[in-house]
Amino acid sequence: MATESHGADEGGLVFHPMDQFIVKPLMGDGPVSMFTVTNSTLWMIITVLCVIGLMVVGSSRRAIIPSRVQSIAELAYGFIYKMVEDVTGKDGVKYFPYIMTLFIFIVFANFLGLLPRAFTPTSHIAVTAVLAMLVFVAVTVLGFVKNGAGFLSLFWVSSAPLALRPVLALIEVISYFVRPVSHSIRLAGNMMAGHAVIKVFAAFAPMVLISTGIGLVVTPLSILAITAMYGLEILVAFIQAYVFTILTCVYLKDALHPHH
Amino acid sequence: MATETQDAAGAAQAPGMPQLDFSTFGNQIFWLLVTLVVIYFVLSRVALPRIAAVLAERQGTITNDIAKAEDLKAQAADAEAAYEKALADARSEAQAIAQATRDDIKAQGQAAQAEADAKIAAKAAESEKAIAEIRASAMENVEVVAKDTAEALVSALGGSASKADIDAAVTNRLKG
Amino acid sequence: MEGDIVQMGAFIGAGLACMGMGGAAVGVGNVAGNYLAGALRNPSAAASQTATLFIGIAFAEALGIFSFLVALLLMFAV
Repeated sequence: MATESHGADEGGLVFHPMDQFIVKPLMGDGPVSMFTVTNSTLWMIITVLCVIGLMVVGSSRRAIIPSRVQSIAELAYGFIYKMVEDVTGKDGVKYFPYIMTLFIFIVFANFLGLLPRAFTPTSHIAVTAVLAMLVFVAVTVLGFVKNGAGFLSLFWVSSAPLALRPVLALIEVISYFVRPVSHSIRLAGNMMAGHAVIKVFAAFAPMVLISTGIGLVVTPLSILAITAMYGLEILVAFIQAYVFTILTCVYLKDALHPHH
Repeated sequence: MATETQDAAGAAQAPGMPQLDFSTFGNQIFWLLVTLVVIYFVLSRVALPRIAAVLAERQGTITNDIAKAEDLKAQAADAEAAYEKALADARSEAQAIAQATRDDIKAQGQAAQAEADAKIAAKAAESEKAIAEIRASAMENVEVVAKDTAEALVSALGGSASKADIDAAVTNRLKG
Repeated sequence: MEGDIVQMGAFIGAGLACMGMGGAAVGVGNVAGNYLAGALRNPSAAASQTATLFIGIAFAEALGIFSFLVALLLMFAV
């Protein structure tokens, strides 16, 4: 879409780096309503299929000596289980399926988004904000249900000098409410930034077609940069899923054991 | 550039970042919730219990195998001890046999030596007897020759002596 | 590319906002460097602190992402 309007009259970016994030209906060209099947929906469905393929089909043989797919599934299970157990303690283990759901969704959405021409649902603030708000609301409700008013002691740092405590309480309250914001923007921002940077380099890559002189320098450099960024993005895709999950565990621990 | 993007993104799209296009939020949130619920049920009903069971089963198998391995190790140690014992027995038996053989050979040797000694002693005695006989006969001969010589000497010197005197004198000289 | 003065200001602001990323880079480097220094002093305790390392990196990085977001908003949304 952008190719015609930009490439023709500007000679700058051949396509716009943010165009890849446009949510558009898969069939037809109408407006996006609540239940329209869009490209975002498509990739979420592919994510679900991959999750089923890994976790259900992969483990269906129940082999004592696992196949490759089954050992990946077991690795993911063990990784998240250990994380939940280490960070939140024994009583956090019963929330393990929820945390596993978050992790496996984010990690698959991130990795599938790295495929060329794919769409990354987690690069959208709407998606990550819902994920973060789910965690925030669940953790807050859980904290009050489990501890009653004692949950408020999370904000009252009893180890600090008495005079400092109100100030610290204010800071703690602010930081508590900023949590979902940073939690969601970190994930969406990382995904968006990496994909946009790759797209920017990709726009420079065909420079050799426009101007052979500069192009001989710019084109190899940008292809090299795309490769390097892609490698970094593979790392980031996993690390962001890991960070999102471990922060969820940390917040859950705060809700279960609010006393500092 | 922002305005151009707006044109490029199509008339229905909001300006600027697609992430801030609020008209798609409801759609994304709806499908996200559907996705999460599906994944949650798939995981909590099917996948996670199954993987937990597989892991527990494997843990059990490993524990069993380790126990079995310990058992086999103990058996191996027993077998080794039995083998060592058999080896020691065999060695002591071999030593006993060797000792018996050695004693046997020694006894045979001693018997043979004794026999040989006896033979030698007999021979020696015989020889001694022969020597004594020879010596006696020689003495006798010497006496006879001496007596004859003495008699001859006496007669040659012009004397005469009785046979008895000469015999007594010779015998007396021979006794020295 | 003829635009108005508002757009020029927005682009300059976007460029300025990108300086925040440098701060995030310093922060992340600080976290990772101190982790490495501590890990080399006491390697046996290193493995148990990996989660803390990633949490620290995530917090430092989030602020850089905020500045990136401000830049993007100035570029495309204002």
